[in-house]
Amino acid sequence: MAVQEYIRERFFPQMWCEGCGHGTILNSLLRAIEDLGIAKSDIVMTSGIGCSARISGYVDFHSLHTMHGRALACATGVKMAKPALNVIVPMGDGDALAIGGNHFIHACRRNIDITAIVMNNRIYGMTGGQYSPLSGVGTMATTAPYSSIDNAFDVAELAKAAGATFVARTTTYHVAEAVTYLKKAIQHKGFSVVEIMTQCPTYYGRKNKKGDAVEMLKWFKESTAKLGSKELENNPSLIARGIFADEDKPEYCSEYNKIIERASRR
Amino acid sequence: MAKKKLKEIAINQNWCKGCGICVAFCPKNVLELDEGGHSTVVRPEDCILCRLCEMRCPDLAIRVIEEEEDAQ
Ligand SMILES: Cc1ncc(C[n+]2csc(CCOP(=O)(O)OP(=O)(O)O)c2C)c(N)n1
Ligand code: SF4
Ligand code: SF4
Ligand code: SF4
Ligand SMILES: [Mg+2]
Repeated sequence: MAVQEYIRERFFPQMWCEGCGHGTILNSLLRAIEDLGIAKSDIVMTSGIGCSARISGYVDFHSLHTMHGRALACATGVKMAKPALNVIVPMGDGDALAIGGNHFIHACRRNIDITAIVMNNRIYGMTGGQYSPLSGVGTMATTAPYSSIDNAFDVAELAKAAGATFVARTTTYHVAEAVTYLKKAIQHKGFSVVEIMTQCPTYYGRKNKKGDAVEMLKWFKESTAKLGSKELENNPSLIARGIFADEDKPEYCSEYNKIIERASRR
Repeated sequence: MAKKKLKEIAINQNWCKGCGICVAFCPKNVLELDEGGHSTVVRPEDCILCRLCEMRCPDLAIRVIEEEEDAQ
């Protein structure tokens, strides 16, 4: 089966800008699902608001396009009601960590079996290039015309500290890696977070003089290195790619089932 | 032994937005942008079937289709 069989073709060509990395994340995710052989009707994709969140309209799965920052809250409801389904929640950096930051840490803390994907372009694409909690010091944005002074979250460290049991990071340049991590994340029983650094040539690229999509992909290649590599050891200013956490811990729906059993025995 | 051989690199010109990602990162320079700004196959004989173009395309516009063939 080709990945084209997992999409709603009637909505193509998709609405993202020329060279927008969000499309590559869709591509990687469809390949991961194809490799795992999961039936379309066994997947629920829940998204919030943002260019990134538009992804749920393109997939031929059960899908919910919900409120800004609330995709994980809605996904938690879906998973609690139908624990057998695979729940996948792609979010923008703003969606996941600005307005949705609270939902994000608590979903991590509960270790509910959901796959969260942070489509991190370090900017609010949809609303015209405002800075986000992942922009970082020195980033130029509509709301930071003299550059941002805000420190960025490290999503991987944050997710891990909050209790997520599978955490990985890669980029839209490293597509084979993205497919591998997404497969592991979907198969993992517990809350998994895959951060994929992605390019918004239209706002981030233009405001920060990073060039077009091709230039931005070269930048991802040059500014990142694999966890445990000599390259990273010798140059700690590089951003680490790899698997930051992969552990077994009690999963929320399974624990809840035990409560249901206990309550129904009374 | 069965060896993989390229049948076709199918590019959906209606979906391609001409970002040039497939062209820039093809290890064998198989692809180019045409005058209309769409990706097009110019050196299919050099393709090594790595599928990087297909995997990186944000618009799902490329399919690398292979032929199963018996080599001597
Ligand atoms: C409650 C609410 N507040 C604000 C907005 C406006 N808004 C829409 S998308 C967005 C941010 C999008 O940024 P991000 O999540 O990073 O997604 P991207 O567009 O970059 O993919 C904002 C602030 C909204 N739609 N709803
Ligand atoms: S504005 Fe940025 S994030 Fe939104 S579709 Fe365009 S390139 Fe992608
Ligand atoms: S990567 Fe896709 S959209 Fe970009 S030029 Fe190639 S075929 Fe067209
Ligand atoms: S499959 Fe690999 S070698 Fe062939 S055209 Fe695509 S990127 Fe180039
Ligand atoms: Mg964003």
